[in-house]
Amino acid sequence: MAILSQEEAQALMKKALSFSKADECEINLNGSDSGNIRYARNSVSTSGAISQTSLVVSSAFGKKLGVATINEYDDASLEKAVRRSEELAQLAPENPEYVPFLGPQTYSADNPKLFDQKTAEMEPKKRTDMVAQSLQVAKDANLTAAGFLQNTGSFAAMMNSHGLFAYNKYSDINFSVTLRSADGKGSGYASRDYEDFNDMDTLKLTKVAAQKANGSVTAKAIEPGKYTVILEPAAGIVLLENLYGALDARSADEGRSFLSKAGGGTKLGEKLVDERVNIYSDPQDPRLPTASWNGDGRPLERVNWIEKGVIKNLSYSRFWAQKKGVKAVPGPSGIIMEGGDASLEDLIKGTEKGILVTRLWYIRPVDPQTLLYTGLTRDGTFYIENGQIKFPVKNFRFNESPVIMLNNLEALGRTERTVSGESFQSAMIPPMKIRDFTFSSLSDAV
Amino acid sequence: MGIGGAMLKGIPVIGSPISVEAALQGGVDVALKKRMADVALNAARSKGATYTDVRIGRYLRQFVVTREEKVQNVVNTESYGMGIRVLANGCWGFAATDKLDTDSIAKAAAAAVAIAKENARIQTEPVQLAPQKGYGEVSWKTPIEKNAFEVPIKDKVDLLLKVNDTAMKAGSNYITSIIFSVNEQKYFASTDGSYIDQDVHRIWPTFFATKIDPKTGKFETRNALSSPRGMGYEYLIPKAADKITGMPTTLYRNSYDMIEDAGFAGKQGGEKMAAKSVEAGKYDLILDPSNLWLTIHESVGHPSELDRVLGYEANFAGTSFLTLDKWKSGKFNFGSKNVNIVADKLQPGSLGAVGYDDEGVKCGQWDIIKDGILVNYQTIRDQAHIIGLNASQGCCYADAWSDVQFQRMPNVSLQPGKAPLTPSDMIKNVEKGIYIVGDSSFSIDQQRYNFQFSGQLYYEVKNGKIVGMLNDVAYQSNTQEFWNSCVAVCDKSDYRLGGSFFDGKGQPEQVSAVSHGSSTARFNGVNIINTARKI
Repeated sequence: MAILSQEEAQALMKKALSFSKADECEINLNGSDSGNIRYARNSVSTSGAISQTSLVVSSAFGKKLGVATINEYDDASLEKAVRRSEELAQLAPENPEYVPFLGPQTYSADNPKLFDQKTAEMEPKKRTDMVAQSLQVAKDANLTAAGFLQNTGSFAAMMNSHGLFAYNKYSDINFSVTLRSADGKGSGYASRDYEDFNDMDTLKLTKVAAQKANGSVTAKAIEPGKYTVILEPAAGIVLLENLYGALDARSADEGRSFLSKAGGGTKLGEKLVDERVNIYSDPQDPRLPTASWNGDGRPLERVNWIEKGVIKNLSYSRFWAQKKGVKAVPGPSGIIMEGGDASLEDLIKGTEKGILVTRLWYIRPVDPQTLLYTGLTRDGTFYIENGQIKFPVKNFRFNESPVIMLNNLEALGRTERTVSGESFQSAMIPPMKIRDFTFSSLSDAV
Repeated sequence: MGIGGAMLKGIPVIGSPISVEAALQGGVDVALKKRMADVALNAARSKGATYTDVRIGRYLRQFVVTREEKVQNVVNTESYGMGIRVLANGCWGFAATDKLDTDSIAKAAAAAVAIAKENARIQTEPVQLAPQKGYGEVSWKTPIEKNAFEVPIKDKVDLLLKVNDTAMKAGSNYITSIIFSVNEQKYFASTDGSYIDQDVHRIWPTFFATKIDPKTGKFETRNALSSPRGMGYEYLIPKAADKITGMPTTLYRNSYDMIEDAGFAGKQGGEKMAAKSVEAGKYDLILDPSNLWLTIHESVGHPSELDRVLGYEANFAGTSFLTLDKWKSGKFNFGSKNVNIVADKLQPGSLGAVGYDDEGVKCGQWDIIKDGILVNYQTIRDQAHIIGLNASQGCCYADAWSDVQFQRMPNVSLQPGKAPLTPSDMIKNVEKGIYIVGDSSFSIDQQRYNFQFSGQLYYEVKNGKIVGMLNDVAYQSNTQEFWNSCVAVCDKSDYRLGGSFFDGKGQPEQVSAVSHGSSTARFNGVNIINTARKI
């Protein structure tokens, strides 16, 4: 069992700290127990159970810092790890940007939705049953399934020589499935990530993937170019996370960010995107519970990042905040983008001509200056005419910036929880209708 | 019960755990590893496993990170544990633990068997393993000259700070530089009778140097032209014979002059900023190996992975356009006659070089594309029979003791041309082209047809001459079309390795380190897009 209780974690970290001879010492401890099943070709392929922990020791002498990690916890190993981090610190030159470790902090009470014991402790039989349901859908529909189901229980804790102590416990269940037609001409996908396995309906999700697979078999090639698109949340998140994940103050201040301005200064406080865009993070939201503290011990609280299209906050390292004399706001955790009241179907109904994109994939930066990204549509792309899905279309490569995209916003649907197929992070993202989305070439991939 | 308690209760296989220092000084005693492995093999067998393999891994990593005149971080990480893979009722099961006392090992073995038996009810066909002879007790070590973990931190810090200083004096405003060292101490044992001890080393020095123009708000970054290598610290001791000069920037073979490259980077940041924005259209591309490696990786390496072809990656990395019918036909024109692609798990200095893979198969080399024709794939023990092989090609790898091993790419490389040809001679014959150095943006579809790549440096070629630098360049193509447009490959004197420490695949995702070699090659009539935008 790799999940330590608060008391067990405290005792182990106290022991590690007791070996410290440094000016300051900080211990981060985390562990997880997880089980997974991977399947393909309508059959189980690999599966496993993994139990692991890791302890990170950071030691500082003045402004000299060294870090060592270990996953053995007898006294001798703990002392060795502490000594090793101290040796590394002594060998390191002074870092003028070093900021002493934090003192005791006040954290919000854990979001009650963050940990579910039964999800953390799922038995192999339960996983197999959940996958069996998914496989049955594929077999009944004469489709070929490949998928992945994983449950995890984990904890993270930290303690330092200034008296800081933090602890969180998490559970997670992750599921994704791809169904392909026997002739390889149709493909559909569905994925979700939750804290509680009761929220995970592998049967329903596999049916959604089956519908997309069957619906995409007769894909037609249409000319690449600029189109009005409706991005389902699973497609939108992979572009948006490159926007809300890049709201870093230092790079903007240093003149090497899309948020830097000609002549100096940053776009903080300025309108960057359409005024209907509101993006915030809130660890306490029951729809998307996240940790109450970040890796260096700072409390995580609700932060408005983009309000009515205006950049309201940037994230700061503790050093940069000190230098700039501002609050050290940690980076976002648990992103929520507000949506409207329209359903996905409503957005489709209100579209004269457009393309429904259910998933985007292999997203890579092209130009950090404009936040230009490239990638492809995948697993179900459909042409819309006069408010109806008319036919499936072949996949496209796009070159687009989430900044440009959110300026070309036509409508937002109801926000819903989705998980990124690129970063595996969850967020609340609405379906989005966007005009002039740039598809630059066609792909033969299904 | 917590780990602290478990450690006290369990009976260790040996009196005391191994310290970091002991690991650095040559690793865990082989006799101890054999005893631990035998505990797992016997426990799994007693629970009903028909085949078991055990991997005991101690993974050491060191990061030395600096920016400008500051050392940002010096980190040593270590992870030690055991992964046990079993076949029971014809189905795979796997369990991993970092508690290496006899009780915990036996429990993990039992868990692996229980999972296999549970999952057998949703399996359609039993696993069919290619036969593999046991090698007894054998060992292999990366042939390094200087262990990077034994080089004092001060030497690394001094080098990186000198690199930063050189780039900034030459024009950079910001630079981050890193030396990343890896040592995988891996022990493999299986019920086939192999006990294989391996000591694998890798190193990756790199930097990112940025030039800004506060007036216009523009910025440009030039990354290092180094490559990650399966070498020791000797890679960072520059040798004149390893340098290719006479081109717009110096290029490096088997050793890297990081300070010299930083000087070029400092200068080239400003040049990139001042460069002409490319006019979109068709160009002949002259791709340096520092750029071409990534295109080989994505468009040849991944589609020729047999597990992708069969659909095992359909839910994540994707499938492949190189379907079995194309291979069976023996006539599938993957590329022009100039395209010869070899898979190689032995290549000295490469990231993929090991003696044995992670299911105990001795490594080798084989053709994938021969004179432009698809002739083979990359595979492992439980899929070899599908392409009529009676032995695995040794492509199994797991990135940690805690992850199950599966098919991973060997080094996959373009063979040099046979006729003498240097990059400067190649450029002399190009009327309208772009010479691209270094890798940058990369994206390819899930069946590996449509791709888009960028670079670090783009030089416009007009009537056989480099006439200046370009900016905002990306090349888009279709894999088969692209490789059929390969009209020439430079000779072996230009051959170099590129590679990645972080090739991602699988669920849960694992990374693998892999090299790709080539000489500079020419591709005619490739589509170039202009990537400049306004926000």
